[in-house]
Amino acid sequence: MTTKTIQEIEAEIVDEFSLFDSWDDKYEYIIDLGKRLPPLDEVFKKEENKVKGCQSTVWLVADYQDGKIIYKAESDAIIVKGLISMLIRVLSGHTPDEILNADMDFINKIGMTSHLAQTRSNGLRAMVKQMKHYALAFKSLRFNA
Amino acid sequence: MSNETMIAATGENQVLDIEKIRNDFPVLQRMVKGHPLVYLDNAATSQKPAAVIDALVHYYTHLNANVHRGIHTLAEEATAAFEATRDVVRSFINAAQREEIIYTKGTTEGLNLVAYTWGRKHLREGDEVIISGMEHHSNIVPWQVVCEEKNAVLKVIPITDKGELDMEVFHQLLSERTKIVSVVHVSNALGTINPVKAIIDAAHAKGAVVLIDGAQSSMHLDIDVQDLDCDFFALSAHKMLGPTGAGILYGKSSLLEEMPVFLGGGEMIKEVTFEKTTYNELPYKFEAGTPNIADFVAFKPAIEYINKLGKEKIRAHEDALLSYATEKIKETEGVKIIGEAEQKASVLSFVIDGVHPQDIGILLDNKGIAVRTGHHCAEPLMSRFCIPGTIRASFAVYNTLAEIDLFAEALKKAIKILR
Repeated sequence: MTTKTIQEIEAEIVDEFSLFDSWDDKYEYIIDLGKRLPPLDEVFKKEENKVKGCQSTVWLVADYQDGKIIYKAESDAIIVKGLISMLIRVLSGHTPDEILNADMDFINKIGMTSHLAQTRSNGLRAMVKQMKHYALAFKSLRFNA
Repeated sequence: MSNETMIAATGENQVLDIEKIRNDFPVLQRMVKGHPLVYLDNAATSQKPAAVIDALVHYYTHLNANVHRGIHTLAEEATAAFEATRDVVRSFINAAQREEIIYTKGTTEGLNLVAYTWGRKHLREGDEVIISGMEHHSNIVPWQVVCEEKNAVLKVIPITDKGELDMEVFHQLLSERTKIVSVVHVSNALGTINPVKAIIDAAHAKGAVVLIDGAQSSMHLDIDVQDLDCDFFALSAHKMLGPTGAGILYGKSSLLEEMPVFLGGGEMIKEVTFEKTTYNELPYKFEAGTPNIADFVAFKPAIEYINKLGKEKIRAHEDALLSYATEKIKETEGVKIIGEAEQKASVLSFVIDGVHPQDIGILLDNKGIAVRTGHHCAEPLMSRFCIPGTIRASFAVYNTLAEIDLFAEALKKAIKILR
């Protein structure tokens, strides 16, 4: 399990992206991440796990272990899978509070929001929102327990 | 592009100077993501020539006033410019009278207008409405609403594997219960040109009226509403080099006269008292409120631009682009073309084994190439082919064979990266 903070991981990704000269390289990297994202078990690919607001289909599930949230997700589109892979790398393995407080500014810093068409960048925001919803849900569960 | 290929693209004796045409479209000069724009999303909306953009600026700079009402000079000049478009449209689609040309927001409003006025007045319980399996949502949803309200039945002409209407089934569906047939002339998702003349004749023989969705066809095919003998025909200015937010509903005057009004308000009335309102004459009866004056004024130079080039020459060039692109794409491994009708206009829709259309769309955009990916507002049609969506390249008169080469090359590279 990760010991780095969310901010540290975000900074790492921004550093990695600064090495790329062109968007061709950035996309190749994201696509590669997408290809390497472990597939989600078929049982999780159901309507209730779909993230609304994405053009492609995205399934997202979360598990709560020892006070930390573990996310798993998949999509039928590879670039989206690559983006998911980065979101999971940043947020998975952290506490609900840490996740709720994350500003996720790395998405802007690597130029993703300005480069993706509005409709697709809305999909990215929808994924982050859904991940934070899970954090909120697990946090209230913990309080109620 | 060389002169040779340009001639090849337009056929003998029909040479359009494509480079000259391209210079008339300012947006085609811009760069996207560091590359010259290759605009292949013309079925979504066409680009606008400078004449149209200039007309918009000229209108607001010199003529702006509300139409039909004022007695001052500006109001008269604005009205004259606004009404001049009606005459040009009448002639463009060969309607018998200018009163049959109703200004709308676009094809969607035209289709809704017929469903909610003609449909509400004439449909009874058990009556049937026929649409096709390749309709845009705008020619499905209004009919579902009205059919539900009237307990009428919506029947759908099925699509063959090639992406054509199954005309045999259409003839079986058609009966004395059929009150209206509403079909698309050219499919936005497949490019199929439907045999609307045969549909109209068969429907009329059973006493049904016919509405044609001409959103895609009006730029590419000769439209003669009297020869077709269609009862209604809807089109959008923005798909034919004109501005957005302006469209036309043609209707036979005998039908329009007896139809109830659509929207109530200013302009559409003759006299208003709290007891009773009498309505204005055609076409104003259906044009409530201050219209989209500037965009209708600027629609005229768009039609004049098309007329100047000539539809036959436009069609010849677009056909050459489509067949060249089709051959190129077929060479690409794993590509399956969706829609292989004998008669097609300007649309190339396809899927690629194991690759999501959205990924292709993003990677092509990164090369400055604009295509459409998704279901093209025709979800039932996508279900028919068991696909969530397609990649669609659609061509216009200002596209070149060289652009198709760039598109095909970028597509191959994208597939290689994604696999």
